[in-house]
Amino acid sequence: MSRTPLDTVEHAAETPDVELPWAELGLKKDEYERVVEILGRRPTGAELAMYSVMWSEHCSYKSSKVHLRQFGEKAPQSDALLVGIGENAGVVDVGQGYAVTFKVESHNHPSYVEPYQGAATGVGGIVRDIIAMGARPVAVVDPLRFGAADHPDTKRVLPGVVAGIGGYGNCLGLPNIGGEVVFDACYQGNPLVNAGAIGVMRHEDIHLAKASGAGNKVILYGARTGGDGIGGASILASETFDDAKPSKRPAVQVGDPFQEKLLIECTLEAFKEKLVVGIQDLGAAGLSCATSELASNGSGGMRVTLDDVPLRDSTLSPEEILMSESQERMCAVVEPAKVDRFLEICEKWDVIATVIGEVTDGDRLEIFWHGGKIVDVDPRTVAHDGPVYERPYARPEWQDALQADDANKLPRPATAEELKAQVLKLVASPNQASKKWITSQYDHFVQGNTVLAQPEDSGMIRIDEETGLGVAIATDGNGRYAKLDPYTGAQLALAEAYRNVATTGAKPLAVSDCLNFGSPEDPAVMWQFAEAIRGLADGCLQLGTPVTGGNVSLYNQTGEAAIHPTPVVAVLGVIDDVARRTPVAFQEEGQLLYLLGDTREEFGGSAWSQVVHDHLGGLPPKVDLERERLLGEILISASRDGMIDSAHDLSDGGLIQAVVESALLGGKGARLVVPDGLDAFTLLFSESAGRAVVAVPRSEEVRFNDMCGARGLPVTRIGVVDGDSVDVQGEFALSLAELREAHEATIPALLA
Amino acid sequence: MTARIGVVTFPGSLDDRDTQRAIRLAGAEPVALWHKDKDLHQVDAVVLPGGFSYGDYLRAGAISRFSPVMETVIEQAKAGLPVLGICNGFQILTEAHLLPGGMLGNDHLHFVCREQKLRVENADTAWTADYEAGQEIHIPLKNMDGRYVADAYTLDKLEAEGRVAFRYLDVNPNGSLRDIAGITNEAGNVVGLMPHPEHAVEPLIGTGRTDGLPFFTSILKKLVNA
Repeated sequence: MSRTPLDTVEHAAETPDVELPWAELGLKKDEYERVVEILGRRPTGAELAMYSVMWSEHCSYKSSKVHLRQFGEKAPQSDALLVGIGENAGVVDVGQGYAVTFKVESHNHPSYVEPYQGAATGVGGIVRDIIAMGARPVAVVDPLRFGAADHPDTKRVLPGVVAGIGGYGNCLGLPNIGGEVVFDACYQGNPLVNAGAIGVMRHEDIHLAKASGAGNKVILYGARTGGDGIGGASILASETFDDAKPSKRPAVQVGDPFQEKLLIECTLEAFKEKLVVGIQDLGAAGLSCATSELASNGSGGMRVTLDDVPLRDSTLSPEEILMSESQERMCAVVEPAKVDRFLEICEKWDVIATVIGEVTDGDRLEIFWHGGKIVDVDPRTVAHDGPVYERPYARPEWQDALQADDANKLPRPATAEELKAQVLKLVASPNQASKKWITSQYDHFVQGNTVLAQPEDSGMIRIDEETGLGVAIATDGNGRYAKLDPYTGAQLALAEAYRNVATTGAKPLAVSDCLNFGSPEDPAVMWQFAEAIRGLADGCLQLGTPVTGGNVSLYNQTGEAAIHPTPVVAVLGVIDDVARRTPVAFQEEGQLLYLLGDTREEFGGSAWSQVVHDHLGGLPPKVDLERERLLGEILISASRDGMIDSAHDLSDGGLIQAVVESALLGGKGARLVVPDGLDAFTLLFSESAGRAVVAVPRSEEVRFNDMCGARGLPVTRIGVVDGDSVDVQGEFALSLAELREAHEATIPALLA
Repeated sequence: MTARIGVVTFPGSLDDRDTQRAIRLAGAEPVALWHKDKDLHQVDAVVLPGGFSYGDYLRAGAISRFSPVMETVIEQAKAGLPVLGICNGFQILTEAHLLPGGMLGNDHLHFVCREQKLRVENADTAWTADYEAGQEIHIPLKNMDGRYVADAYTLDKLEAEGRVAFRYLDVNPNGSLRDIAGITNEAGNVVGLMPHPEHAVEPLIGTGRTDGLPFFTSILKKLVNA
């Protein structure tokens, strides 16, 4: 960039013909022309840096915005929503004066380039979003997707990702309570590393990202600014990987969880003393994002002296300082009279804090360097008025053929022996196998409030020790279903997360999502994206659970091959008393097993079709959201009134997967009887939605049946908790020892 | 009357608030102590909690051991002040030479979080009197650098003097020598262990067991009866 002489605003006005590297910074020609039009001159190098990162796909949502609007337009009426889409994270009222903030984000591309740091900084970023709302982070969850489990590169990516998540989250003292691990060849080269976090605060402690009050000081605090992650937002997150290009390793940030832990404690102490007017974390696009968003959301302008930013590397140019994505930094707006106290708290925690500017009564964001003005922009044009694309989309021509390739016509097991072998193969397959090798690398216990953690249906955290008030979270997604039908696939992800929360006894309240797709420049991908959002928005409206925020990750493809469309949905729920939670594990022998919901011949996209036939085709299971809601109500009532002692939702792998998991976790077997009207194969492997298996104490049998009958939920007795095997009467029996060996050996054998 | 038990917060301490809760649940009064403050504020006992103080970037506990609060803790521990070090706290106690030996990275090179079975080998310390010698308990374990090591002479001495306080059962989760999970000093007032008793004090939380509570009731009884 031309920096001799310093490329000030005046210099830019005087030298209109200087060529700037807009293309290298990821801007398209028309986007650059629009910047020139907004400014009425060519941008300075610093301004170009800001626009390029803030107008990147990752920061501006330029391809997705037109579709994401549906989450607002179709938002259900909800008294629970305190802060909606647009802030660092949504905030939900959970009662008793408590508010909960939660969000899921992606760190996909960085985690492929550098698995440990990519995943670690993903945790760091989502946690700062939570702190920026005024909340104490209380838990994290990690939905992960990798290439085929036996592919050599999975052994490079997965252990690094898992160690990075653990290394960062464990060091922050955040219990990791949920998430998923899925393997599919479509994620080869494009692993999905999504990270979610939950935070808790009192209603009055909610903070927003805005700079108001002329004269208020802008304080940058946390780590020094270095050269890591420069251009990360514009180049890494917004371009398709291509083998021919040089390594992108330098664009991945490096995390320091110890610094972040200090940042958490120091920020919370400043909140407690009411020292903060507005706050923003520095994530993608670093200072460019923090200054332009704070300024554009507030009432005034902002003046920043870039020379005051503490640096790790004194040779950094002003453009690089503006674009740096160095981690563990935050920006606070503080009244002048409170600045000293704010700095004192930072010093107590050994956190570097520097006043770098102030709020002005104008409407410009002005940034100075070595005495010259290098940025003079309307911050709204940087933060909010980025380009909006109506990308063309079209249903791919292969969709019909895919749906016609009906999984229900695949050959089924002909004998009981074959059925047994397929059950064993299913529970040992990488996607259905125990993920203990992975989750035991995460701390579940820290903070002393973990009620449930993976492999439970949802993670659950107590938030009030006196009353037992708690929150639950589940994340789900099924790219195979979404590939067959993105609209239905997105609704199935929502339905499953909703069901998982209800299965543990919590009432679902709100949704966050992480939408992982291929290139938006491919009309087929764009159609998948549009359909998934339409499905999710319609579903949230019907279930009464508003979308509070989330994240879009596009360009998840290598060459022409996009990943399966993978909307990952997080549902947050509340439970009045965590003592009423329902676990997955069978508790007592003799308890009766009931199957709730309808079982149909639905095998499209199923785990069975993948494991046994390596097949993907047909239609995904039907969605009936009214049924999901009814099932949820029954599960919540039954938990509250003590009618069930364990419950497990049915999803991928079907009933047999659920029963095996409950049996292994409880160390108690089950005797199953195939009910009239169903064959053993369909009972065990169908993936019909809207179902759960519950264990009912005999004393509650009548009451439970009456409740289901009165509310119109189909309920079928399928067996009893008993013995030390899973015994499908008249078909086969598998001992718990044999099942445990199959279920628990797979992942360590592949990855350890 | 009750006892005042201090819990030190170092930069990067994680289980300080959990430990305060466990102390409260046992019926004692938790007192927050700050690493930069030499004053122990008249507490009757001190717990050094788990976490990653200073990120464990040098060697676990190596920097915290030099913090101002530790000057006083070391001095008073030698004079009989009961001190419990949990996980990172245990690491700090060995770095401070209040307990012998040291900790290396887990032999499998991964962080490990699990419910761990232990045997209480010494029920005569200030922190273990509410257990029976030989009692088997389940306590959550979570660490990266939990492999206890010492030279053979020291290990033999610890064994001979009954100063191995806890031993891992069934699975050795980190490769610690002689399955040692925790040890005590000669006087029995300083105890360190890798597992986290403060995470096993409530029936609903964590693993759902309360096997860790006797640590805190032991010390409370000792202090109240003193």
